[in-house]
Amino acid sequence: MTGVAATSTPAPVVGTPALNFVIFAFFVVVTLAIAVNAAGRNRSTTDYYAGGRAFTGWQNGIAIGGDYLSAASFLGIAGIIAIYGYDGFLYSIGFLVGWLLVLMLISEPFRNTGRYTMADVLDLRLKAPPVRAAAAVSTLTVSLFYLLAQMAGAGALVSLLLGVSTAAGQDLVVAVVGILMLFYVLVGGMKGTTWVQIVKASILAAGAAVTTFWVLSKAGFSLSSLLHHAAASSAAGSKVLGPGLEYGVNTTTKLDFVSLALALVLGTAGLPHVLMRLYTVPNAREARRSVVWTIWLVGLFYLCTLVLGFGAMWLVGGNRILAAPGGGDSAVPLLADKLGGTLLFGIVAAVAFATILAVVAGLTITASASFAHDVYAGLMRNGNAEPADEIRVARITAVVIGFVAVVGGIAAKGIDVAFLVGLAFAIAASANLPSILYSLFWPRFTERGALWSIYGGLISAVGLIIFSPVLSGSSTALITDRHINFAFFPLNNPGIVAIPLAFFLGWLGTVTDRRSADPARYARMQVRALTGVGAERGART
Amino acid sequence: MAFQPRVGNASSTAGTQPGRASAVGYEAVRASRDFWTIQRRFGSFVRPACTLFIVWYFLFVIIAVFAPGFMRIDVFGDVNVGLCFGVLQFVSTFAIALGYRNWARRRLDPLSDRLRHRLEGGERQ
Repeated sequence: MTGVAATSTPAPVVGTPALNFVIFAFFVVVTLAIAVNAAGRNRSTTDYYAGGRAFTGWQNGIAIGGDYLSAASFLGIAGIIAIYGYDGFLYSIGFLVGWLLVLMLISEPFRNTGRYTMADVLDLRLKAPPVRAAAAVSTLTVSLFYLLAQMAGAGALVSLLLGVSTAAGQDLVVAVVGILMLFYVLVGGMKGTTWVQIVKASILAAGAAVTTFWVLSKAGFSLSSLLHHAAASSAAGSKVLGPGLEYGVNTTTKLDFVSLALALVLGTAGLPHVLMRLYTVPNAREARRSVVWTIWLVGLFYLCTLVLGFGAMWLVGGNRILAAPGGGDSAVPLLADKLGGTLLFGIVAAVAFATILAVVAGLTITASASFAHDVYAGLMRNGNAEPADEIRVARITAVVIGFVAVVGGIAAKGIDVAFLVGLAFAIAASANLPSILYSLFWPRFTERGALWSIYGGLISAVGLIIFSPVLSGSSTALITDRHINFAFFPLNNPGIVAIPLAFFLGWLGTVTDRRSADPARYARMQVRALTGVGAERGART
Repeated sequence: MAFQPRVGNASSTAGTQPGRASAVGYEAVRASRDFWTIQRRFGSFVRPACTLFIVWYFLFVIIAVFAPGFMRIDVFGDVNVGLCFGVLQFVSTFAIALGYRNWARRRLDPLSDRLRHRLEGGERQ
C-alpha cells in the first residue's frame, strides 16, 4: 500500500491557492474561536481532561465520530477505493464493526470504573503501580503512532491545497499543524477540543452527504451505473468491483489482509483517544448513547465514502489521483474540484485540514493526560498531586508531544495514512484490549497477567513492525537502501500474531501467578461496572 | 436476541435489605439476587451478540480474501455479491447496535438503577 505514497513530482496545482488559503484560514479562525469560547477556565483536572463530564450523549457521540473519522478515513479510504476499488470498502467495514465491541463490552463498564485514563480502570481492579506504568506506556505509544499517521497526512494534503511542492514547504506545513494543534489543546482543553470536533464532524458529514448526492445524481441515482462507469474508466476494468486487487496478489498479501481485519475489528476498542472520550459524559448511560450515535455517524459516512471513492475513480481517474501529491489521499479533494470547482475543492480540503488538526489535538490531550495523570500524579506523586500542578504537567507534556509529532510527521511524510493507522490499530488491539477485557470480566486476572499482556502485546506488535517489510527489504520500505534487509516477518500488519499472543500472555501470566486475585476488588469492580455505584459523577447526573 | 423469562422475583432483595447494603458493601450487592440477574442477563445478550458479529465479519473477510470469485458474481446490473455482502455488514452493525440499546434500556437499566439507589441510599445514612 505504501505504493500509493506521494511522489515528488511538481504539484499540478488544483484550484486557486489564494482562494484555498482564504478558506483554510477562515476554518482555522472559526475553530480556534470555538475552542477559546468553549474552554471556560479549565481549572480542575475534570475540566481539562474530561470537559467537566458535561457533554450529552449525542454531542459526545458526534465528537467521538469526529475523532475516529480522521484524515485516514476521510481521505485514505476513499482514496484506496478510487485506486483499488472494492479492497478499500473492506477497510471501511473493519473500521465500523469494531464499534459493536466498544458499545457492548467497553463503553458502560469503562465509564463506570475509571476517571480519565485507561490505567484508571486497570488500577481499580489491580491496584498495582507497575500496571499503571505499563498502561501509560502503551497509551503513549499508541497515541504517538496514531499522531504520526495524522501528521504524515497533513503534509501531503496541504501541499495539494496550497500548491506547496517543495520538501521544505511541506515540512513547514507540518510544523504549522503542530503549533495550531497545541493552541487548541493548551487553550481549549478537552472542552474546547470537543466542541471543535463536534463542529468539524458535522461539517464533514454534511460535506460528504452533499458530495455523495452529487456523484449519485451524475450517475442517474443508479449504483449499478456508477459502478459501471467507474470500472470502465479504470485500467483494471471490472476487477475493481471485486476484492483482491490490492490484497489478492499472493498468500502473503491475503494473510496480511486477514491480519489487518483482526487489528481493525479489535483495535477500535483499544484506542486511547476514543476510550478517553467516554469520560466526557455524566454517566454510563450517556456513554452508551454516545457510542450508538458514533455508530450511526461512522457507518453512514463510510457508505458515503464508497460512492465518493468510485465517483473519484470514474470522474477523476486513477492515474491522475496517483500522480497528484498525496496520491490516494487526494482522491476526494480532486473529486470535489471536478464537481464543484475551486470553491468546493477549497472547502473539502479545508475540512480535511480541520480534521487533521482536531484529531491531532484529541490525541495530544490523551497522551498528555496519560503522562500527567498516570505517570506524574499516579506514580511520582502517589495520587496526591495538586490539580493545578497536574494540569501544568499535562500542558508541558502536550508541548513535548507536539514537538515529537512534528519531527515524526516530517520523517514519516509520504507514507500512506490509512496504512499507518492500520498499524496503530494493531498496537492498540494487542497492547490495550486484552488487559481491559480481562480486568473487566475475568475474576482471576492478576497483576502479572496484566503486565505480561500489555508489555507482551506492545513489544510483539512494535517488534514485528520493525522486522516487517514496512521498514526494510521491500520496494516500499522506509529504509530505501535495498542492501539493508532485516524483514524476517513477512506481513505488513502484525495483528494476526501479536493480538492472540497478548491474550495468551495475559492468561498465562495469570494462571502461573502464585499470588491470586483479590475477590473483594473484583466484586467492587463488577458492581461498579454494571450499576455505576461510586462512579465519577458528571456535571449533570 | 435473547429474551429469557424472569427467574424468580427479580425485585426481591434476597437477603440484602435496603440501607444495610453499605454495611456489607459490594460483596453483598454482588451476592444479591438483583445483581445476579443483571449479570446473567448481560452475559446472555452480549456473549451471543459479540460472537455473532465477529463470526459474521470474519466470514465476510475470509470469503473476500480466499474466494473472490464468489464475491464477483453479479446480483443486479454491476452490483455484485461482494457489494451486497458488504452493505449487509453495515445493516447488521446498525441492527445489533439498536437492538442492544433498546434491550439494555428495557432489561438492564431498571435493575441497575434499583441496585445503585439501594447502595447509595445506604451510604448517605
